[in-house]
Amino acid sequence: MSGGLSAPTLGKHSGETVGIVSYGTYIPRFRITPDEIGRVWGADGVGMGKNLNIVRKSVPAPDEDTITISTEALRVAIARGGVDPKDFGAVYVGSESHPYAVKPTATVVAQAVGSTPDITAADFEFACKAGTAAIQTCIGLVASGMVRYGVAIGSDTSQGAPGDALEYSASAGGAAYIIGRENVIARIDGTASFTTDTPDFWRREGQRYPTHAGRFTGEPAYFRHVTECAKRIMHRMSTKPEDYQHVVFHQPNGKFPQRAGKLLGFSEEQMKYGLVTPWIGNTYSGAALIGLANVLDHARPSERVLVVGYGSGAGSDAFDITVTDAITQLDRSVGTPVEHSLQNGVNLTYAVYAKFRGKIRLPGED
Amino acid sequence: MSVARFWRETLRRYNLGGSKCTECGKVYFPPRSVCPHCTTHRKTMGRLEPVQLSGEGEVFSYSVVHEAADGFEMQVPYVLALVRMKEGPILTAQLVDVDPKDVAIGMPVKAAFRKLKAEGAGGVIHYGYKFAPVLSPTEKVG
Ligand SMILES: [Zn+2]
Repeated sequence: MSGGLSAPTLGKHSGETVGIVSYGTYIPRFRITPDEIGRVWGADGVGMGKNLNIVRKSVPAPDEDTITISTEALRVAIARGGVDPKDFGAVYVGSESHPYAVKPTATVVAQAVGSTPDITAADFEFACKAGTAAIQTCIGLVASGMVRYGVAIGSDTSQGAPGDALEYSASAGGAAYIIGRENVIARIDGTASFTTDTPDFWRREGQRYPTHAGRFTGEPAYFRHVTECAKRIMHRMSTKPEDYQHVVFHQPNGKFPQRAGKLLGFSEEQMKYGLVTPWIGNTYSGAALIGLANVLDHARPSERVLVVGYGSGAGSDAFDITVTDAITQLDRSVGTPVEHSLQNGVNLTYAVYAKFRGKIRLPGED
Repeated sequence: MSVARFWRETLRRYNLGGSKCTECGKVYFPPRSVCPHCTTHRKTMGRLEPVQLSGEGEVFSYSVVHEAADGFEMQVPYVLALVRMKEGPILTAQLVDVDPKDVAIGMPVKAAFRKLKAEGAGGVIHYGYKFAPVLSPTEKVG
């Protein structure tokens, strides 16, 4: 493939075994339905939910944000893998809703799990693919021997403007991945990226809500990047869709990943566990990574997984992953399985949701 | 609370860092430098070592707060509990992810990492422990 060889590749080139040592997720307890959102704005919420294939979305509690979600997800990963956080060499948190404009999320997370001070830390930003970019960085650090373990987290508490189409999907959640070479439960045999300057979605400094280019967000943005990236990694790995038991796409709603899968020739069966957005909404940087976690929650040794993330602006990162025998030793009962969060939750009225999300002004607020 | 004072306490607020007496084994939270249990032996002075609590415990007692403390207006009614940690110490913390009517004495809880308070819209955000039920409650949504 022309121009493809200088892009990040792994496995076939380096010969190193690098992969996921452990993983954890965190999805807040509260939910709201498209019907309830539409009721407030005089819109057809039920129809909106059907169009987007979203049954409900998660809502963070007033005392939850990207820092708390990232920390909880990483604590689960640490407990499951029995890894000493002092052995982490790097912690990267990818998000588009870092609580501070200046002051890292990653330092709080590293301190809260007891990894400081002998560690490098940074926040990543790339719309919804900051977490997959963090995984690629960790792969490089681990494969080169610079760190023993690298931590990559994707998490968000994103908001759509009240009444905007995004309000029906933007939700909260995150996933943490410990990348290393020892006791790897899932090998990452290859990675590929596809990146262009595409203005489909943005938020300027100081703006509360993002702006999107409407229908433009589909074809030249999401679908082009996801399918091109998927094609590139399958070309490099010499694979076809039927070589994978599971496929996970970035999922800004429940419809886009289904269509991307169909375009590429994947079946609904292959997408079964990787599609989580219909029940928790779009967790942005967490979306593909929570989908992958749900796959790993159910996966058996030697199953192969294709993951394709997407971030507006725009780019896709893909991973070719193979589950190893070690997954049977991982204590997957620690923490809350993704499946539980897909089935359970507490529905909120729009009024309480608006209060939780800071959409109601209190005395003393400007 | 000042930024500096909070920062000095992050070890215990983020990680439940306590101390353990190397003489009698008693665990203290917040950490102490002298074991009052062994005071008659004066020799225990300085013999306490740092220990990280597991975060596991049970509700020792609790009350439901309807008049919010400053900064907690969004969360009323909420539960303030005395939590007895597995290692022994009893500490005061908010219970989250549970309806006040479902709280019971003896209920197993685990530490949760949450925002404690933000100093206005432009100030520092304080994080630390709260507690949540150990078993993710089954709350089927339609
Ligand atoms: Zn003592």
